[in-house]
Amino acid sequence: MLTIQNLHARVEDKEILRGVNLQLNAGEVHAIMGPNGSGKSTLAGVLAGRNAFEVTEGQVFYNGKDLLDLDPEERAREGVFLAFQYPVEIPGVTNMYFLRAALNAIRKHRGQDELDGAKFLKLVKEKLNVLHIADDLLKRPVNEGFSGGEKKRNEIFQMAVLDPRLCILDETDSGLDIDALRIVADGVNSLRRKDRAILVITHYQRLLEYIVPDKVHVLYDGRIVKSGGKELALELEAKGYDWIKEQAA
Amino acid sequence: MTALAEKTGFLKHWDRFNGKRFSPYFEPLRQSARARFQDLPFPTARTEDWRFTSVTGLLGVPFEAPQSLRVDRQALPTLPPGDANCLVFVNGAFSGALSNIGNVPAGIKLGSLAQAGAETAERLKAVMGLASFQDQVFTALNTSLFDDGAYIIVEEGRVVPRPIELWYLSSPGQKNLLANPRTLIALGKNSQATIVERFLPADPLSALGQAGAYFTNAVTEIVLGERSILDHYKIQKEDTNAYHIAVTQVAQGAASSFSTHYFAMGGGLVRNDVRVRFDGEHSEATVNGLYLAGDTQHIDNFTVIDHAKANCASHELYKGILSDQAHGVFNGKIFVRPDAQKTDAKQTNKVLLLSDGATINTKPQLEIFADDVKCTHGATVGQLDDEQIFYLRTRGIDEKAARGLLTYAFANDVIGRVKINALREELEQKIIHL
Repeated sequence: MLTIQNLHARVEDKEILRGVNLQLNAGEVHAIMGPNGSGKSTLAGVLAGRNAFEVTEGQVFYNGKDLLDLDPEERAREGVFLAFQYPVEIPGVTNMYFLRAALNAIRKHRGQDELDGAKFLKLVKEKLNVLHIADDLLKRPVNEGFSGGEKKRNEIFQMAVLDPRLCILDETDSGLDIDALRIVADGVNSLRRKDRAILVITHYQRLLEYIVPDKVHVLYDGRIVKSGGKELALELEAKGYDWIKEQAA
Repeated sequence: MTALAEKTGFLKHWDRFNGKRFSPYFEPLRQSARARFQDLPFPTARTEDWRFTSVTGLLGVPFEAPQSLRVDRQALPTLPPGDANCLVFVNGAFSGALSNIGNVPAGIKLGSLAQAGAETAERLKAVMGLASFQDQVFTALNTSLFDDGAYIIVEEGRVVPRPIELWYLSSPGQKNLLANPRTLIALGKNSQATIVERFLPADPLSALGQAGAYFTNAVTEIVLGERSILDHYKIQKEDTNAYHIAVTQVAQGAASSFSTHYFAMGGGLVRNDVRVRFDGEHSEATVNGLYLAGDTQHIDNFTVIDHAKANCASHELYKGILSDQAHGVFNGKIFVRPDAQKTDAKQTNKVLLLSDGATINTKPQLEIFADDVKCTHGATVGQLDDEQIFYLRTRGIDEKAARGLLTYAFANDVIGRVKINALREELEQKIIHL
């Protein structure tokens, strides 16, 4: 589903990604771990189309399409979803209005009918139930005044409603207490499907106790320096990142 | 044809059209305003209250008084539903045919000033002239020339169940026309009303830019009796080659509640004053506005809240959305008089600049002479937030729609406060398709 080949990217003059290679297939969950400054969030940003990052080399294919050639909204309509590390507050726009506009833009692209208010409400209420979120979320402005946990849960809720094929979770566990972490992880697990791939980007192994990955990759200094099974995450937790740094040096 | 700048000549020129419509009861006031108008200078770049708005172009236009009224009803904007009370004026003159005043509840009087009788004129004495023509030259001009307008009188204890609409339509044809509409609103003790004033072109001719320029020089005067409540709305959608200069002058009795929402969406050169004075204690005023300007539109908002009495609260929120080469002005004066202790005044102006060429001048002006008061003011000027746009785009919403949504969110702060559902929805639609 997702093929990243020799990806180089920079912010202004600073090269952050220095040749990332990754193959993610439908039905799989991969984790990307790495110390601060290794390029994790840059990778998420490049995949979502954030224009602060300039790709200088390499390619990314998503279902055979050149992903880097698409605008952020085109990527979303094709089924790419980024759960933000820092979800943005949008005062004055309710979640209901925002999500319906987003879903209908995606449905239109897929050749489906736009959902009217009643049908949309039915759909979102189902998803709210699954994620244990109260209905009043719909009337509240997007993320405004939300706690960290509420924001992250709202990201997963949006993901559930928009029904993407490729989900990228950028440090979704940061700032969550254990209860919130469990709820978010349960939400993500409920979205695991044969035709969907999930890329979990995280600094800590903690989240991976709940979202068990098929593969773990270690990103260091802009490159994937080690890949392995879920046990690699435990090893990192026990030994820290220093041995990786030494190996890479 | 004489330009406005030639005051004496202009008045003389005007006299040729004069004398048919106006009510004789207001004639003495008109005569004194005439005298004052000739003495008062027009504002220049050195006039503090007009620093950012030049009327030089306006003064050079040879305006005429509207004479014949030929309005194609088919071409008119959609009027409110038949059971709503609506007074329609075309080029400043009342149109009985277009108006609907068949269903006026008891205790409420409304109609055309030109047709006002002695009793009504007497009742309106406390309202007419509230807007001072001693120091406001355009108010003096209006008072010198006005021949028609609307009056609404709500008697003590009466509640007007539905909004009353006042439509001021302009249809200049090929000429440059000046209209001086006057609106008088008097609320008795313990009464309540909702009133909507609208200013807009009457036909598509002017919208196509094929017509002459027109100048709406409007004065609205409002007196609230003790414990009365008024929700006032002004929708200004003049033609883009129109001049619109207007004053809404308000005097509030004790424990009264006044709210006004001004939506400036049209006009080439626009200046709108809202002046509120507390004449009694324990009153509250909400003065909100939303101004949208594009192309080379110039929209000047001037507000004065005069806390002349103690224990009153004023809340002011103005928001502007400016694009292209548009120029916006916000000037907010708050006076707190020496005796006005326990005043609570809040003023906010927020502006969204959607282009590099748009300009805003924002100027809070607080003059506080009492010591036990709470007065705050704040102004922000900004662009749309790139991070918010990106967030919306990652959810499938294209960039144009994302910008529209965020602009709507910005404006919704003001629009969301409109209590008339149909009007709020109408305004929402206007913004979302900006």
